[in-house]
Amino acid sequence: MIEFKNIEKAFGKNEVLQGIDLRFAQTGCISAVLGPNGSGKTTLIKSLLGMVLPDQGSIEVNGQPIRREWAYRNQIDYLPQIARFPENLRVAELLRMIKDIRGGASRDEELIERFGLSPFLDKRLGTLSGGTKQKVNLTLALMYDSPIVILDEPTSGLDPVAMIQLKELIRQEKKRGKMVLITTHIMSFVEEMADEIVFLLEGKIYFRGSVAEIKTQHQAEGLEEAIAGILKGQLSATARTVAEPKSALQSIMSQLQTA
Amino acid sequence: MQAILQYFSLLVTTLLLAAAAAAQPQTLHVGPEEDYPSIEAALSAADSGDVVEIHTGTYHEHGLVVDKPLHIRGIGYPVLDAQEQGEILTIIAHDVTVEGLQLQNVGVSYLKDHAGIRVRQRSRAVIRNNRLVNTFFGIYLERVHDAVIEDNELSGVLRDEASSGNGIHAWHCENLDIRNNWVTGHRDGIYFEFVDSSQIVGNESVGNQRYGLHFMFSNHDEYHHNRFADNGAGVAVMFSKFINMWENTFEHNWGRAAYGLLLKEIYDARIEDNHFIQNTIGINIEGSTRIVYQRNAFRRNGWAIKMAGGCLDNDITENNFRSNTLDLVVSSNVNNNTFDGNFWSEYNGYDLDRDGIGDVPYRPVKLFSYILDQTPEAIVLLRSFFVSLMNFSEKVSPVFTPANVLDHQPSMQPLSL
Amino acid sequence: MLKILKYSTYDLLRSRWAYLYLAFFLLFSGGLLYLSGDVSKVVISLMNVILILCPLIATMFGVMYYYNSREFTELLLAQPIRRRTIFWGQYLGLAISLSVSLVIGIGIPFVAYGILHGPEIWNFFTLISNGVLLTFIFSGLAFLIGLKNENKIRGFGLAIVLWLFFAVVYDGLFLLSLILFKEYPLEGFSLAATVLNPIDLSRIMILLKLDISALMGYTGAVFQKFLGTALGMGLSLLTLALWAWLPVWGIQRIAQQKDF
Repeated sequence: MIEFKNIEKAFGKNEVLQGIDLRFAQTGCISAVLGPNGSGKTTLIKSLLGMVLPDQGSIEVNGQPIRREWAYRNQIDYLPQIARFPENLRVAELLRMIKDIRGGASRDEELIERFGLSPFLDKRLGTLSGGTKQKVNLTLALMYDSPIVILDEPTSGLDPVAMIQLKELIRQEKKRGKMVLITTHIMSFVEEMADEIVFLLEGKIYFRGSVAEIKTQHQAEGLEEAIAGILKGQLSATARTVAEPKSALQSIMSQLQTA
Repeated sequence: MQAILQYFSLLVTTLLLAAAAAAQPQTLHVGPEEDYPSIEAALSAADSGDVVEIHTGTYHEHGLVVDKPLHIRGIGYPVLDAQEQGEILTIIAHDVTVEGLQLQNVGVSYLKDHAGIRVRQRSRAVIRNNRLVNTFFGIYLERVHDAVIEDNELSGVLRDEASSGNGIHAWHCENLDIRNNWVTGHRDGIYFEFVDSSQIVGNESVGNQRYGLHFMFSNHDEYHHNRFADNGAGVAVMFSKFINMWENTFEHNWGRAAYGLLLKEIYDARIEDNHFIQNTIGINIEGSTRIVYQRNAFRRNGWAIKMAGGCLDNDITENNFRSNTLDLVVSSNVNNNTFDGNFWSEYNGYDLDRDGIGDVPYRPVKLFSYILDQTPEAIVLLRSFFVSLMNFSEKVSPVFTPANVLDHQPSMQPLSL
Repeated sequence: MLKILKYSTYDLLRSRWAYLYLAFFLLFSGGLLYLSGDVSKVVISLMNVILILCPLIATMFGVMYYYNSREFTELLLAQPIRRRTIFWGQYLGLAISLSVSLVIGIGIPFVAYGILHGPEIWNFFTLISNGVLLTFIFSGLAFLIGLKNENKIRGFGLAIVLWLFFAVVYDGLFLLSLILFKEYPLEGFSLAATVLNPIDLSRIMILLKLDISALMGYTGAVFQKFLGTALGMGLSLLTLALWAWLPVWGIQRIAQQKDF
């Protein structure tokens, strides 16, 4: 169980999270955290991992506050957004190293097979292509079989075959009763995979519910359209007030990117 | 008549016998089981030319006066211990020889310069093979001519400068021959004041408080083949003329104001074939004129040569300067000195015509040595990157360093000395 | 921490930079020994190189390594490990691998030359250990700069400024103030100024071994007393150790509060 209680975080003057209260209790459930760029998705996830320290509020994992703790991360598999590794290490060495650091059982071999990484095990990480790096990243993130799985942009750089394997893997994890959090920009991926959606906008939770709910609420055919609807409404609202032209501009920009 | 003849013959015999006795020197033996239990008794009983043999043992005597020509000889190094009471042996006669004694514990006096052996105003003394231990002043010569001091060992106890005496102290003397002595633990190892035409050869003066050898107002002397190590300064030559110094070793004279050789107000000296090794300052020169420095080796000194003001017509040629921290410090007001034909290990010029002489003149004075002369504290920046940069730029275009201090013919190879 | 240390050392030891650094020292010290043959002279030449190069390489390489390994750091941050463990491990890995390059690069030519049986072994040892200390100090400071500055350009700029300051500017200012205030007693000042700059301090420690006669010629009693004794040596070592500890402490402090 993960619980965010009134999380606030500002980087300088930029208030990224403005009082987030969020609770993920259900196991075997895939939650997608969505939102335009700069809406605070990654900050939220990083604060769960203790990489970002919130200014206000507390985060609890299984009822324990996580501030300055580290052992709770044994419960979490995390896939970071950009995969860059020490260039001189070989793939096998990196895997061995993470296993060495974390200790305990791992299922790296299964994942290596799934992603077809075996030919690359002896290659240096610096020589790998972006997609292969992402596969290594996925292997690293998921090999620990932890009850909580957090995937930050898991699809980036993957070829269609790997994509299918990834989806299969995520479904399998769900079936095994894990709690999965995903951030992504690929709406079709969300539509296909997610049980529920948390939509962040300007540091607040704008919407939380199932894919079906968001569609009906915005009377849209698909998720993409629904999101666009949300953003359009938001845009017209800000355009009407013109209180913050800068943030309005930001919204337009991010809307374009999201779409 | 016959009676008269008999009488005469008896007289002649007696006279002959007496004459024989007078001509034949007697040997007086001193020792616990000999004729004379004390040295004092033997000295007063002896006649001129006698031999006084002192046998092994310890004699608690002091204030002994030798007032006639005697040969005093120790058998098995008898110990004369003054028990800090004062001077042991005072010689006030010509032609006295003292050898094979151990003299010790004269005691410090702030009023009188007590010594182990003193020779006063007489000639031809020979002091040889003695050991002097803790004698305040060791051998003290005043107004002495033609004396020989050789193969003695003098070891003082290091105290502060005021309560230490000199090892061999000579004042107003002439024609001394000081040879193969070993001196340590004194204020000055060997001290010359108004001593002319004398020579100091093959001595070793180490670990003395002030100077290994000290000349004051002394002229026409020479010293060679000596070794001076670990003294406050190796040798100080002050206010003297015509002193020749060759083939000496000046070593390891370390400390603030420590020099291998200190020259102050001297004229017409020759300094040749000496070795200056690991001294804080190899040679420190003040106000010295017409000095020739040739074929000396300067190795690993802090400063090889430091030349303060008022030095004229010095000739520094054909020396080896190797691995000294700074080769030369010259203050600005020196004139007419030559620095040619030396080997400088820091020289990095070239020799295109292959004649063994560098084609580019060498500037032995660096900007940093100049700064150091003004601001001694700057020594902490020795060999720092900044200082190297500074030296380099000064080398390229000299502004501060004296332009006339220049070796026009620097040797490419170390000279064989 | 040992595991992080192990892997980052391993990683760095195989980078081109480490080889380049190693090759430079091998060639340089080997060449000097071959050309000169006078060990103490070579030690002095090497001293100049070490005092300049070790801090330079440590700062530049340290900043570079910090920025290059950011994503990897993030990967580690998500693992169940303490933060300070990660940064100390990486810092030590960097410092150790640079030191290994230094020690091997200088060590091989000297050992081949027969230093182990010569009287110069202690000079050599002083040289090496000061090089290693400087590497630790400056790579630590570089890590601090990296941790404090997200902007790479700014980080690199600061690293250069840091090096320039300690290697050159500091001594310039130091010398200038000595000349300007030469009427005043300066022993205390020059002593303090020396101790406060790790490069100056190591230079003095090496010089104490090599150029002791020159340093002892200095006329100030305070200075002589400080430098000539075991106390002085001990204090200098202590200060260097403090310098080495400072970035380690800083890394822990900043790492504790920083967002990634």
